Amino acid sequence: MDYVIILIAAVFVNNIVLSQFLGICPFLGVSNKVSTSVGMSGAVLFVMTIATTVTYLLHQYVLIPAGLDYLRTISFILVIAALVQMVEIILKKVSPSLYQALGVFLPLITTNCAVLGVAILALGLENGSLLKAVFFAISNSLGFALALIVFASIREHLELANLPKVMKGVPINLLVAGLLSLAFLGFTALV
Amino acid sequence: MAEPLNQTQNFLKGIIKENPTFVMLLGMCPTLGVTSSAYNGLGMGVATAFVLLMSNVAVSLVKNVIPAKVRIPAFIIIIASFVTVVEMILEAFVPFLYEQLGIFIPLIVVNCIILGRAEAFASKNNLLSSAIDALGMGVGFTLALTVLGSVREILGSGSLFGLKFVSDNANTFILFILPPGAFIALAYLSVIFNKLTNKTL
Repeated sequence: MDYVIILIAAVFVNNIVLSQFLGICPFLGVSNKVSTSVGMSGAVLFVMTIATTVTYLLHQYVLIPAGLDYLRTISFILVIAALVQMVEIILKKVSPSLYQALGVFLPLITTNCAVLGVAILALGLENGSLLKAVFFAISNSLGFALALIVFASIREHLELANLPKVMKGVPINLLVAGLLSLAFLGFTALV
Repeated sequence: MAEPLNQTQNFLKGIIKENPTFVMLLGMCPTLGVTSSAYNGLGMGVATAFVLLMSNVAVSLVKNVIPAKVRIPAFIIIIASFVTVVEMILEAFVPFLYEQLGIFIPLIVVNCIILGRAEAFASKNNLLSSAIDALGMGVGFTLALTVLGSVREILGSGSLFGLKFVSDNANTFILFILPPGAFIALAYLSVIFNKLTNKTL
């Protein structure tokens, strides 16, 4: 039951992009086509899951026993940066087709605050365990994917809209994101 | 632009011409995430400006020592160290703000403004120019966050910096302190900013 609640909360109620404001840069940056947004979502799912697993273990078995909790931010960002590089190198060798699909997005992910954000938030889960943290990361990346893909589909239609000059570009995108976020607000009572 | 850089212009560009929020669209996560009140916006702006200043200065000092290949990881470590310092200072001296900003304090480390300025400016310029560049960008970012926070607080809670100017049971536009209000308020602010600076997108 715990897990169902985590999933629903992460995807709909506390959507990582639309209500927690993590990962806004890729949300606004790579959402002009549905195909690229699918690729980005895949890359985030991949990296976020691995990164949370590693940072959770690092925190639990290295930082806390050694009393180095204050090094959390530094060590996590280093782990994530190193992981992204490693995933890129391994994917290139092991699965060139997957690398073709996700490759361009991987370097962008280091500065995606959703990855670091989820890694830190996962530490604060109630009755936390490794399994729960990993499940939390997967749920959040699904939430990211949902928001990004829906937003990209809307933006594809917006290209044809006849807008006043001052609204074009950033303002209209933010406005659409606001309306989407409003729609997600409707899920509040679910959990 | 190495030697005869006009320092006044260098400072001002961060506020208007290259405003990190309205023009360059960097650091959007904290911009939207913490601006539910003017005080939070100001606090986040100052914290970010501090990290920006310290890391720009540090990067500018060590730029000749760091090999080009590992410069990005090195910059990230420098930035993360200063973020940790800020995290500790806030927790010790302004615990209220520390709680309000929450997850967004450690996330200053992935704020693209800071890495962006380190890479694009501080790694190529001298100490004084880098410090002034950081100050300009920091002030520009703080201003943007404070304005956005003020607009949202005035509309959403009928107050400014915590001072209420409507009666307690008045109906305020609560939408603006909820997440959707962040997007909508920023959308209209950037329309106004574009109109004022005559920038055609």
